[in-house]
Amino acid sequence: MSDTAAGHDVATETVRIPGHQGDEIEAYLTRPPGSGPFAGVVVLHHLPGYDEATKQIARTFAGHGYTAILPNLHWREAPGASPDDAAAAVRAAGGVPDDRLVGDVDGAARFLRSLPSANGKVGVIGYCSGGRQAFLAACRLPLDAAVDCYGGFVVDAPPDGLPLKARPIVGLAADLSCPLLGLFGAEDSRPSPDETARLSRELARHGKTFQFHTYEGAGHGFFAVDRPSYRPEAAADGWTRVLGWFGRHLSAQ
Amino acid sequence: MCSHHTERIEAAGSAKGPAGWFPLRLASVYFDHPQHTLADHTLNIDFLNPELGPSTRVAVELTERSARSLAAAILAALDATAPGPAAVPDPR
Repeated sequence: MSDTAAGHDVATETVRIPGHQGDEIEAYLTRPPGSGPFAGVVVLHHLPGYDEATKQIARTFAGHGYTAILPNLHWREAPGASPDDAAAAVRAAGGVPDDRLVGDVDGAARFLRSLPSANGKVGVIGYCSGGRQAFLAACRLPLDAAVDCYGGFVVDAPPDGLPLKARPIVGLAADLSCPLLGLFGAEDSRPSPDETARLSRELARHGKTFQFHTYEGAGHGFFAVDRPSYRPEAAADGWTRVLGWFGRHLSAQ
Repeated sequence: MCSHHTERIEAAGSAKGPAGWFPLRLASVYFDHPQHTLADHTLNIDFLNPELGPSTRVAVELTERSARSLAAAILAALDATAPGPAAVPDPR
């Protein structure tokens, strides 16, 4: 099917890709019109799941000339279920394991690079829990650019006693494989501005290329157009920064 | 914020979803982003039976005020008339 985003016709399809340990998982693929070459973007959905709003984000990337893929990180627990039911099942099971996430992003990146239209460059972007996962993937995989949108528990641990399996991953900062853009809300508490400042210092200490921006008047989830956390000014500026970041780091030259 | 905080209990009883009644096995309780309610955070309860699949779920999202009222009402109703959890074994 085709759809329109950002004034461009884009093609969309649901595909199956090899994920962690070769497991087949569902993914939403969107492509710009034409034969390319196009850079690729792996989009990581938030904790509420593989939902319509995140598919729209993927289509927006396609509208701006990127082949974007959104792996369904909840596929194994709930194949074919609605995104909210799948998210509930994953939450009850303690969240997405980090090693599995890395394997799924690796599979998605390999899939993008294998397309005849690919320019060979692949970036990753994630929102909420996906923000932490984007940082994780960029530290564990060879990628070309990364964007962390308000990912929590990168530096600070979840409170004791939670079934959540996510642990701090700031210790991986030395292994960051690509330039990192971080977009955060000043009113967020996970991650708090203090937490992102500590991540910034750690990245600087390792000589990494990164840029962080914290929006006043915005909290967690300011990109989410279907939620009251949406902050149009922060989201509009954020989109400009994201597209600029990928434009700079994912071009073939 | 995204709390990720989840309380889980083994639940015995029944719930009615789109496909009819099903036996309960589990309930997840968390204060986090809702799927439907127009609020940043709600108290969410998922009544589940994982043996029957992820779509076997009854979900509610409550504002904090509603959730606290519900919790108090549950305890008030139990205190008024229930014989105590030891009196009747849970069905399986």
